[in-house]
Amino acid sequence: MAYTVPRPKLTLAEKFYLPQVVAGLLITWKHFKNMLLGRTKIIMQYPEEKWDASMPSYYRGAPTLVRDEHGRERCVACQLCEFICPPRAIRIKPGEIPPASKWAKVEKYPEEFDIDMIRCIYCGLCEEVCPEQAIFLRKDYAITGLSRSEMIHNKAKLYELGGVMDGVVNKWNPKK
Amino acid sequence: MMNALASLDWFLIATSLAKTVFLLFLVVLPMVSYTVYAERRVSALIQDRLGPNRVGFPTTLLGLKTDISPFLGGLGQPIADAVKLLLKEDFTPAHVKKFYYWIAPGLGIAAVIVTLAVIPFGSSFLGVPMVIANVNVGPLFIFAISSLSVYGIVLAGWSANSKYPFLGGIRSSSQMISYELALGLSVVPLFLILGRLNLPEIVQYQVKNGWLLLPFTDGKLTLKEVLLWIPVFISFVIFTISLFAETNRLPFDLPECETELVAGYHTEYSSMKFALFFLGEYAAMIAGSSLVVTMFLGGWHLPFIPDGANQGGLDFLHAVPAWIWGIVNITVFFGKVAALLFFFIWVRWTLPRFRYDQLMRLGWIYFFEIAFINVILTAGILAFFPN
Amino acid sequence: MVNVQIDGVWMQFPKGTRMIEACTQAGKFIPRYCYHPKLSSPGNCRMCLIEMGMPKMGPDRKPVLGADGKPEIAWIPRPQISCAQDIAEGMGIRTSSPMVEDCRKGVMEFLLINHPLDCPICDQAGECRLQEFSVEYGNAQSRFLDQKVKKPKNVELGPRVTLDAERCVLCSRCIRFMKEVANDDVLGFVDRGSFSTIACHPDRQLDSNYSLNTVDICPVGALTSSDFRFKMRVWFLKETKSIDVNDGLGCNITIGSRENIIYRITPRENNDVNSCWMPDSHRLNFKYLHNERRFLGPQIKTGSSLAPVEWPVAINRAAEQLKKYALTSSLAMIASARMTNEELFLVGRLAKALGIQKFDVLPRVGEADGILIPADRNSNTSGAKLLGLTGERPGARLPEIAEGVRTGAIKALLCFEDATRCGISETDLAKLESIVTMDILPNKTTALASVVLASSGFAEKRGSLININGRLQRLNRAISAPGEARDDWEILRDLIQAVSGSNGIYMIEDVFKQMAEEVSAFAGLSLSKIGDLGVQLLSGDGKAAERLDADQPVAKTPTA
Ligand code: SF4
Ligand code: SF4
Ligand code: SF4
Ligand code: SF4
Ligand code: FES
Repeated sequence: MAYTVPRPKLTLAEKFYLPQVVAGLLITWKHFKNMLLGRTKIIMQYPEEKWDASMPSYYRGAPTLVRDEHGRERCVACQLCEFICPPRAIRIKPGEIPPASKWAKVEKYPEEFDIDMIRCIYCGLCEEVCPEQAIFLRKDYAITGLSRSEMIHNKAKLYELGGVMDGVVNKWNPKK
Repeated sequence: MMNALASLDWFLIATSLAKTVFLLFLVVLPMVSYTVYAERRVSALIQDRLGPNRVGFPTTLLGLKTDISPFLGGLGQPIADAVKLLLKEDFTPAHVKKFYYWIAPGLGIAAVIVTLAVIPFGSSFLGVPMVIANVNVGPLFIFAISSLSVYGIVLAGWSANSKYPFLGGIRSSSQMISYELALGLSVVPLFLILGRLNLPEIVQYQVKNGWLLLPFTDGKLTLKEVLLWIPVFISFVIFTISLFAETNRLPFDLPECETELVAGYHTEYSSMKFALFFLGEYAAMIAGSSLVVTMFLGGWHLPFIPDGANQGGLDFLHAVPAWIWGIVNITVFFGKVAALLFFFIWVRWTLPRFRYDQLMRLGWIYFFEIAFINVILTAGILAFFPN
Repeated sequence: MVNVQIDGVWMQFPKGTRMIEACTQAGKFIPRYCYHPKLSSPGNCRMCLIEMGMPKMGPDRKPVLGADGKPEIAWIPRPQISCAQDIAEGMGIRTSSPMVEDCRKGVMEFLLINHPLDCPICDQAGECRLQEFSVEYGNAQSRFLDQKVKKPKNVELGPRVTLDAERCVLCSRCIRFMKEVANDDVLGFVDRGSFSTIACHPDRQLDSNYSLNTVDICPVGALTSSDFRFKMRVWFLKETKSIDVNDGLGCNITIGSRENIIYRITPRENNDVNSCWMPDSHRLNFKYLHNERRFLGPQIKTGSSLAPVEWPVAINRAAEQLKKYALTSSLAMIASARMTNEELFLVGRLAKALGIQKFDVLPRVGEADGILIPADRNSNTSGAKLLGLTGERPGARLPEIAEGVRTGAIKALLCFEDATRCGISETDLAKLESIVTMDILPNKTTALASVVLASSGFAEKRGSLININGRLQRLNRAISAPGEARDDWEILRDLIQAVSGSNGIYMIEDVFKQMAEEVSAFAGLSLSKIGDLGVQLLSGDGKAAERLDADQPVAKTPTA
């Protein structure tokens, strides 16, 4: 059903538009002046000052992969994060864990796991969707590189950034 | 042949060249770059940010102890920008119409720069009048030439052979054509009052009789002046606002409205070709402001300050050599222009963009009519007070 | 027709329709695990429970009619399974009453008691019936406190099938398939109760050539394809409906590909061709498309070896060489009964333009397996016959060509097969002055060729094929050909153009159009009219069939 948004009735002065323009100009002028005279507080001069220390634990920095307390890689290459990732930054090549491995019962692991940090928008959906709690957005936010390939975080880099995460779901580990 | 050569006014040629070089390379182009810088700084300050405040001059590269940066923070930015734009990959997409694609940016900026030729940017300096071409049809010349710059935009939009630039080009041409009417019509009252079209003479008139917008600057005020002030003010408002539209500035920057058209007519341009459009736009702002200053705000004139021939102004100031006043006049002129540029920027970061139909309605229904009535009003006043 | 009331609406169905089918046709999908329309119905999963009733009978043994003139229904107070019973006159079915919903929840809870939390590593995830019905009827929290039953995982049931017994819901579809369709009764249940497990006969392996069909019909991830295992999640796969080209039957298939890589091929239901099944050997035969030795562009012989060139160069060189021998008996052609009709049609044109008299196709004959694989292993023998590229007996003229090559009567060969498989020895082949060949992979003939035209594999092109039963079916493009390799018909079109001038063909649809104008059997058809399920073009004996189904009805809803 069509719905007409009611428009406010304008007074003559408002219809003229110019008073409003002047009022707007005065507002911006106030900001300009205060900033110029140093009355507006400058919070932080970024590259020299950083807020790393006061960053909350849930900060959404670069996505990383984590291991559990036994050193097992938590990711089982279910590719759900690859699916959910809005900019399609994640690329996974799944593989089978060799039977000789201690964790053979997990069966599946990512052979390759790349996150293209040029594409990543730090949305955190990968962390949210992961059924194994293997991918977390950690606190690294200044991700830079001089080449495109440098900006693609491979598995080694992701584990290096991610480290160990314990105290989360633990279904693969033997009960006591 | 020899006669022809001999009859040439070599002095005129030499001084014109010198003035051109001075105006273009030492004043306008740096001014353009620093207007861009100012735009960024002012917008930042308006939005409670700092803006580009870091690029200094790497004087350590020249062997000095320290870089110049903390105090002049950011002043190196335009240079860095220029270097960046020059070094970027100059990419020509495969689908464009090459010839027009290449000439469009040049057309855009050339038209603007040519208009600067008739602006008197100072009184005189060592006896040389500070205007490159002293023609009798100044404003007409400017309107004629600056309307050519629409070709640059239309060609850019069309030759890019892709939809957004095309839409941008179309919008811009219709916008510029619409507002040129109001622009031209709004200054007719001035010509009725002044009775001449020579820009230096217009300035001279204002030196004698007070600035057109501020008729009291000569210290006396007649009833006629007070009455005429009304149409002049209306002219000024319409002219300034139309100028915003004419230079595609916010709130009238529909041709390159990012949210709808990516970047409008220059979407497919990169590197220096893009920069030329960019420069052209800011140069157009400078040219437009110069015109406003010349016609409404007394040009290079400041009350009590003598001109470049040490005439007028306060008597005791005549002790200072005349060439100094020449320089002062030039500075005053560009100071006024700079103030107007600040106004341009200030407005841009205050007002939201118009809708296209609003823009068109404003141009055709309001400004055009008001300017028209304004002409009649002026004519009426002049008819009732024939001196 | 039988009147049935489904969720309060009276409908008519043909006699003999299963209740579960009737409900599906009425738009009420009944969850099911064990029921499969192509197999017998044991009714052992209990997922398809519904509420059922029969007409209330008056004392006169006549149905009591309600206010609306329809029989009143006496509802049976217990739920019934819908998969093992046919509909009856006046029957009532409720598919979503509170009792039915309760039953489904109960069945799901039982099924999930011992089910592992394997979805992240389970290949079935995304097309798993257990997942789907869990979403609708499952419980997020388990009420089961004990340890789950452990069963064998990652067991190789056969060379191509891996079993995870923990995920099995004991529906017995796989058992029934092996027994009823594959005629190889190797699967069965062992142990009892919660410990019940699917297993193979101790002395046997699940190694039938149809074993992978059990993976398709397994509603959960218990049986998975060892080949596809852990390769790609199914939700990434782009599904392209196409047909199999490994034999004359042309099983209908779905090609699952992602970003130009084929990951798996599964059968697609077509009751006129392959029902729901296909042989393992055929479905796994796609890896050659990703062979790294594929021709990435045309090559011509320079000196003693082949060198890659641009397409126009190769086409011109080929045309030049062929034209040299045109209209003489020293030019022969070996076409292929694996080419599509469009390609064969263009090949015929080319032969006509070049005046080639000696031509035939390479027959491929194997042993029929009595189920789905026929003796003819060429995918388009019928098409080759119809378009006149071979006689009644395919390959009959090959010995003549081989002899000509041996004696030197034939100096140039236009070849769409590996000529060494057509009775021509490599030494004889080397004697030829010119060989123009079109292929996707290097072989003995391409090694000796003067021009190699790089073409596309079956999943990389469009076209139509006629199967041994005269059914016209359609290939569709799932991935693009590697490098500069092009569609076969495009190459042939360019070749004809270079030999005999323009021909007004710009799209493959144009080829079909011209073919339909020239060959009466194709009259009135177009590639799009063939539809996903094909059109019966010829009757079994090769004569044009009555085409009742030229305008295909929309594909039926999949039943599996
Ligand atoms: S944070 Fe978002 S964008 Fe980045 S990898 Fe995860 S899902 Fe993708
Ligand atoms: S969602 Fe988690 S377990 Fe799955 S692939 Fe991504 S990181 Fe690995
Ligand atoms: S069979 Fe289905 S429910 Fe069970 S683990 Fe596999 S995907 Fe999950
Ligand atoms: S393995 Fe699959 S098809 Fe066979 S009984 Fe178990 S669930 Fe059913
Ligand atoms: S589908 Fe009816 S009992 Fe299994």
